[in-house]
Amino acid sequence: MKVSLKWLSDYVDIKIDPQKLAEKLTMAGMEVKGLQTVGNTWNNVVIGQVAAVNSHPDADKLNLATVNLGPQQITVVCGAPNISVGQKVPFAYVGARLIDGHTGKATLLKATKIRGILSEGMVCSEKELGISENHESILVLSPEAPMGMPLADYLGDIVFDLDITPNRPDCLSIIGIAREIAALSDEPIHLPEIRYEEMEKPIDSLISVDIIEPDLCLRYCASLITGIKVASSPAWLQQRLRSYGMRPINNVVDVSNYVMLEHGQPLHAFDYHKLEGKQIVVRRAKSGETIITLDGLERTLTQDTLVIADEENPVAIAGLMGGLNTEVDVTTTAILLESANFNRSIIRRGANHLNLQSEASIRFDKGLNPDLPLVALKRATQLLLELAGGKAARGIIDAYPGKTAPSAILLSTKEIKRLSGLEVTVDETLRILRALGFECQETGLLPPQISVLVPYWRSDMKCTADLVEEVIRIIGYDKIPVTRLSASLPPQKSTPERSFKRKLRNTLVGWGFQEILTYSLTSMEKLQRLSLKLEPEVAPLQIANPMTKGQEYLRTSLRAGLLTTLANNQKHEETGIRLFEIGKIFLPQYSSVIAVGQTRGSGEGKVKQSTQDKEGLPQEKEMLCAALSGSRRELSWHDNKELFDFFDAKGVAERLLEQLGLTSTFEPSDDEGLFPGRSADVIIGGDKVGVVGKLHSKVAQDFELSGPVCLIEVDVEKLMNKASGAKRYQPIPRFPSITRDIALVINEQVTFQQAEDIILSFPLVEKATLFDLYTGEQIPEGKKSFAIRIIYQSPKRTLTEREVDKIQQQMLAGLHRELGATLRG
Amino acid sequence: MLKQLEELQLEALNELGQVSELKELESWRVRCLGKRSKLTQVLRSLASLPLEERKKVGALANATKVSLESSLAEKKKFLEEDHLASFLGRERLDITLPGQPIPAGRLHPVTQTLEEICSIFTSMGFQVAEGPDVEWDYYNFEALNIPPQHPARDMFATLWIDYEETTEQARLLRTHTSPMQIRVMEKERPPIRMIVPGRVYRYEATDATHESMFYQVEGLAIDTNITLADLKGILFEFCHCLFGEERKVRFRCDYFPFVEPGAEIAIECLSCHGAGCRLCSYSGWLEILGAGMVHPDVLRRVEIDPEVYSGFAFGMGVERIPMLRYGIDDIRLFYGNDLRFLKQF
Repeated sequence: MKVSLKWLSDYVDIKIDPQKLAEKLTMAGMEVKGLQTVGNTWNNVVIGQVAAVNSHPDADKLNLATVNLGPQQITVVCGAPNISVGQKVPFAYVGARLIDGHTGKATLLKATKIRGILSEGMVCSEKELGISENHESILVLSPEAPMGMPLADYLGDIVFDLDITPNRPDCLSIIGIAREIAALSDEPIHLPEIRYEEMEKPIDSLISVDIIEPDLCLRYCASLITGIKVASSPAWLQQRLRSYGMRPINNVVDVSNYVMLEHGQPLHAFDYHKLEGKQIVVRRAKSGETIITLDGLERTLTQDTLVIADEENPVAIAGLMGGLNTEVDVTTTAILLESANFNRSIIRRGANHLNLQSEASIRFDKGLNPDLPLVALKRATQLLLELAGGKAARGIIDAYPGKTAPSAILLSTKEIKRLSGLEVTVDETLRILRALGFECQETGLLPPQISVLVPYWRSDMKCTADLVEEVIRIIGYDKIPVTRLSASLPPQKSTPERSFKRKLRNTLVGWGFQEILTYSLTSMEKLQRLSLKLEPEVAPLQIANPMTKGQEYLRTSLRAGLLTTLANNQKHEETGIRLFEIGKIFLPQYSSVIAVGQTRGSGEGKVKQSTQDKEGLPQEKEMLCAALSGSRRELSWHDNKELFDFFDAKGVAERLLEQLGLTSTFEPSDDEGLFPGRSADVIIGGDKVGVVGKLHSKVAQDFELSGPVCLIEVDVEKLMNKASGAKRYQPIPRFPSITRDIALVINEQVTFQQAEDIILSFPLVEKATLFDLYTGEQIPEGKKSFAIRIIYQSPKRTLTEREVDKIQQQMLAGLHRELGATLRG
Repeated sequence: MLKQLEELQLEALNELGQVSELKELESWRVRCLGKRSKLTQVLRSLASLPLEERKKVGALANATKVSLESSLAEKKKFLEEDHLASFLGRERLDITLPGQPIPAGRLHPVTQTLEEICSIFTSMGFQVAEGPDVEWDYYNFEALNIPPQHPARDMFATLWIDYEETTEQARLLRTHTSPMQIRVMEKERPPIRMIVPGRVYRYEATDATHESMFYQVEGLAIDTNITLADLKGILFEFCHCLFGEERKVRFRCDYFPFVEPGAEIAIECLSCHGAGCRLCSYSGWLEILGAGMVHPDVLRRVEIDPEVYSGFAFGMGVERIPMLRYGIDDIRLFYGNDLRFLKQF
């Protein structure tokens, strides 16, 4: 909301510096986003009067204007078509700083020869002065403008740009802000006095008003003026509209806009003679009914739109825009001026539906008070009579089905203290509330209570807390003391999930993984590229109003975001990349009953709409997904450059689970996003908690990844539940262990797991570590060699070589019997 | 015999002088001092000598032995030192060669900031809770005094799962972490002190200052006798922890439908220190938090008596903090996850 300081000064004396005032308003909840000084660059620009206009001897479209500046007259070349003798105009001397009408840049005015005639000075347009974009015509000032006066003294102003919060529709008006300033600076407010003459004929003999929808139109006020003359508004009025950023149109439209800016109440003028049947009906539109609005568009209405109609047709969409059929134009001689209160929801829905946000809809939308229309209507009627002539019919139409009695709110200084911590006296409270226009009465009860009646313009005041805010914001939030919360501390509970996630994150970061955070929303295309079977097999949740195709579905896997990030980074990272994300995936929960036939969405996302179970919200599951790609080590002169493979991913999973005190097994996985035969399910206690593996080459290709990529994916919650068991300490072995290395030659098909299971089944075997796997020379075709280090250990005694030899012989026999393994010679 | 011993010693010392390797030293010892050495033979033959001579020869032979042994020790020490010196010389490295890189991971800067925020508040006795990203209209709006068609809905451009504003049964992506205020208060009774970090979503075209997904941290404290002054105290302390003790903090009136009185907390601009610059839109201040006293209607809705209890709530955007601190000028960098960006934190 842009507010001119000059305009504000009509209603309140402003004695403090504008910068200070801006700070006060900001502190009190009315944030001043900008403070623009109009005219601070107008040096060498004065008010002149056009004394003569002659055509340029050598140019058809140019004139020679002689401007009287008081002490002297200057003749300059002028191209504006609207210049005429007698006008008061802004005149710039050579040396003035103006905006160039063509380039938009600030330039110093120089004397120039235009088509042979020397022009020393210029009559200015609004654009040249930086007031608006208008460069077609010169700015014509009010006839009262004093000749020779510097323009800055006459037109200079300060414009505040205020951010008005949605609870304060009253401050979408100059008077509303003047009231704030009055209360903040303890000055009285002066409102315009409203008085005008009426003719004999009563208004209800000329027009009737019928409200069919009293819930949607709480009040409808109207006045009627006949014999008016539609023309341009006077310069002062145009100037004020411009200070707000509005374009002047004609006196009727300008007055209704002016009063809207002044009081915050939107008004609308109908050409009275164009109203069929001389009646106004406030009703819902009939389905399919059409109206051509003032912007020339034909609009088809629904029953969800409130219209103002005459006997036959809609003549306006209530609160949004008038109809072309009753437009006020130069031929208009009588107008019906409407000032009404419409239900904010229907205005809001209509504005969204018809895409018709306007100054009026913005105000109705915030909820205006039904007491406002009458005040604004009288003010507008008075101004119209002054500026457009004519006579007002006697009385005013006032249909007010929604009238309610004002109710009082009780406030005590104790309550102010209880909520704000600020000690305020009863007198101070009364002073502030009265300055804001509240009617206050002390109840005489103990503890002292004030009964407060809310003024009609403050529709946001509903309860005691609202009043507390009013009092303390006028005193200033900077006066509120700073205290340390002394309330009792609630019992502190542990947050295991958070700690667990932190542990996972820190562990992976310690191993060189970079954490990433990717969007929860993704595209169906990306989810499909993962070629994942969803479990349970349902479509991901779809956004009804997605911003982009790329963010239309809630992710059901972290993989898409991770792989996309990986592909993006592969383009510039030279060496190995380790990434992980811990985050939520969203699994819709459908009940077993599937509603048949209902579909929603469009395109590839079309899925069966299912009846949801009573929870209805999706399961939000915390997952961990990590990826490895590129070389195992960073590029270095010192080490090998091998690429990450399946066993790196498996190693991460194994070590991670080990850190959590979990024992896991790995079984071949049928995960369709992973490479068959190079992927494994991670099993703990018979339960699958995740998967590791090499990414399927098809998926890698679809995500434009280069080189092999390995994934680790685990269900964080499952893992946490498994890891939550109490840990028991294991004593450090007191006796020495015995280490034996064996090299087994074994059939290619035999897995390491099979050999390991047999080895570990023998007594006293503490650990078996595979330290070499070999095929090739010296090993027959179809065979491989495992080199295994076995550690024998007893908790009770020192082992002898002899007993270990004996166990190992039995073990080798077992390996031979079960797996056909032989010792490598 | 005596002469033989002198010659023998001379010869041995001479040979010892020739020894240049540690391993030769042992063969010298065997030759000159071993069981079969001439010296040992002399010593063995002492018994057969007459007493007088035995004394003389014996004394000299023993002295020779001691002398040779000490020469050996000396030579050994010399050779060992020499050996060590040449070993160390051989092992010299070009220490300007780069060190072996250790893979270094980092937490995402948003995670780092969240951890920092949470640790400040947990040190003040706040508990951390998390809530669902997909919410009911009821928790996101209705229960927070934002019924359908309320103009404050304009403050929250919403991504809907079900169709817009039809019913409080509609699901949406939460537009703020405030719904957790309701979920917490439905379950717990005062005293309550809770913070809620989490993702929030907006129907918003992205640019350098806008994201469709970002993080917020919500705070809530309910008890008897909690005031706006306590809120001011907590949040000033928080801002000082995060931005330094010297940083000026501003507490002003603002509006959010679910608090009354409402407030906004801003800090003095980090870039211009209050003078006004582009970062702070020439205001000198940077908004950090929205806050206020929990609205009595909100308390009533969760069956907490607003005449007995009071409390405050606050909320802040998380990305803004590292952006201000590190001068990051594009919010999209956070979820673009370019390693060249992430590795800087």
